[in-house]
Amino acid sequence: MKKTLDKSIIIQEALKELPSPTRRLLMKRAVTLGGLSLLSGCAVTDEISAERMLKKISKLNDDFQAWLFDPNKLAPTYAESMITKPFPFNAYYGRDEIPEIDEEDYLLEVSGMVADKHSWTLAELRQLPQTSQVTRHICVEGWSAIGKWGGVTFATFLNRIGADLSAKYVGFKCEDDYYTSIDMPTALHSQTLLTLTYDGKTLPPEYGFPMKLRMPTKLGYKNPKHIVAIFVTNTYPGGYWEDKGYNWFGGS
Amino acid sequence: MVVNQENKIIHPIWLRANHWINLVAVTLLILSGWRIYNASPIFSFSFPSQITLGGWLGGALLWHFAAMWLLLFNGLMYLFLNIISGRFKTRFFPIKIRDLINDLLAALNGKLAHDSLSEYNTVQKLAYLFVIVDIILLVLSGLVVWKSVQFPLLRELMGGYDNARIVHFFAMAGLVAFVTVHVVMVALVPKTLVLMIRGR
Repeated sequence: MKKTLDKSIIIQEALKELPSPTRRLLMKRAVTLGGLSLLSGCAVTDEISAERMLKKISKLNDDFQAWLFDPNKLAPTYAESMITKPFPFNAYYGRDEIPEIDEEDYLLEVSGMVADKHSWTLAELRQLPQTSQVTRHICVEGWSAIGKWGGVTFATFLNRIGADLSAKYVGFKCEDDYYTSIDMPTALHSQTLLTLTYDGKTLPPEYGFPMKLRMPTKLGYKNPKHIVAIFVTNTYPGGYWEDKGYNWFGGS
Repeated sequence: MVVNQENKIIHPIWLRANHWINLVAVTLLILSGWRIYNASPIFSFSFPSQITLGGWLGGALLWHFAAMWLLLFNGLMYLFLNIISGRFKTRFFPIKIRDLINDLLAALNGKLAHDSLSEYNTVQKLAYLFVIVDIILLVLSGLVVWKSVQFPLLRELMGGYDNARIVHFFAMAGLVAFVTVHVVMVALVPKTLVLMIRGR
């Protein structure tokens, strides 16, 4: 105790002995040198570390949304008179690039953690029990539109193919090279629909012929169109926009 | 002014921390919010992209949904400490109509007294209460825009999803208006800035 006290006194005394301009110069060097290296270090890594931090928080937001998601809570439904006309076309490309899919050649591929991996024709899909809903489509950009979609409850389809319902993800590959994936609780939500019709008619190409996955509990970019392959997996599949920075859960 | 009052801490350290953290959160949220607005403007104007944060919609959303936690936790901490310390009651109440009229007239004549920093005048009390309520409205309308399916009651209170966006926008405009007046007032009475840094 006494020794440390002595030491600090000695240092204080020694500092007093130093002429003050010298002391100031030392301080100045410490600040500028440290400051300089910090500044240059920051310029290079700042952007990357900020991005890394934001993506980490986005992952935490995925977990938060999964925790918040109530499988029994239904998205509001609307009267048919409230349908937005015309319902907007929206994709990452223009109308002229809408894929043309031949109904006769179409096959839906099923893979991953499922018992029955046979591919489905459109005729087979149409034979499953059909339902319809008038719900609000909310785009990540902020706009929304009400539409009427019809098709097979996705939970029915997942049960039919013997999907492992304890798996984490269901992934989708689309004819337009779009891809996305969703969590199993949302896949099993009663309003999640393997959509084959729009407003009572066969799903038109601009809305995703021959099939889109419609989820009123998720933002638009989570609702893939022109689906050609569905797989059940525990490996995070990502998504077209999600890999560019959109939040993965994208729940509403 | 009595000498020993000058050394009295008027703004406790937690309040000053809350204030500056809130400034960071609000700045990030407003600037990224403008970029998100631009993706699908509600009205016939957009914000100049140079003064927005995030670079593109995805980037702006990442900032917005990160900074919201800062605003939320900092705001909850502020409300909690303000209420349990009794500061909320003593600093903001009572608000008397007559004092308000007097203070408003004095403010318009440029004669509103700022001698005592330890007391808010009625205009200040109302302005600070306004911004507290406004930020709460921002959080609630934001919750509906983000999670309209998960918060049905709140959604109906906001008049539906589309309307919640409009509420969120005007609550933002109210906050920006407050900040503008607030900064002008600080420029006119600079010792309040010192007060918010040193606490006295």
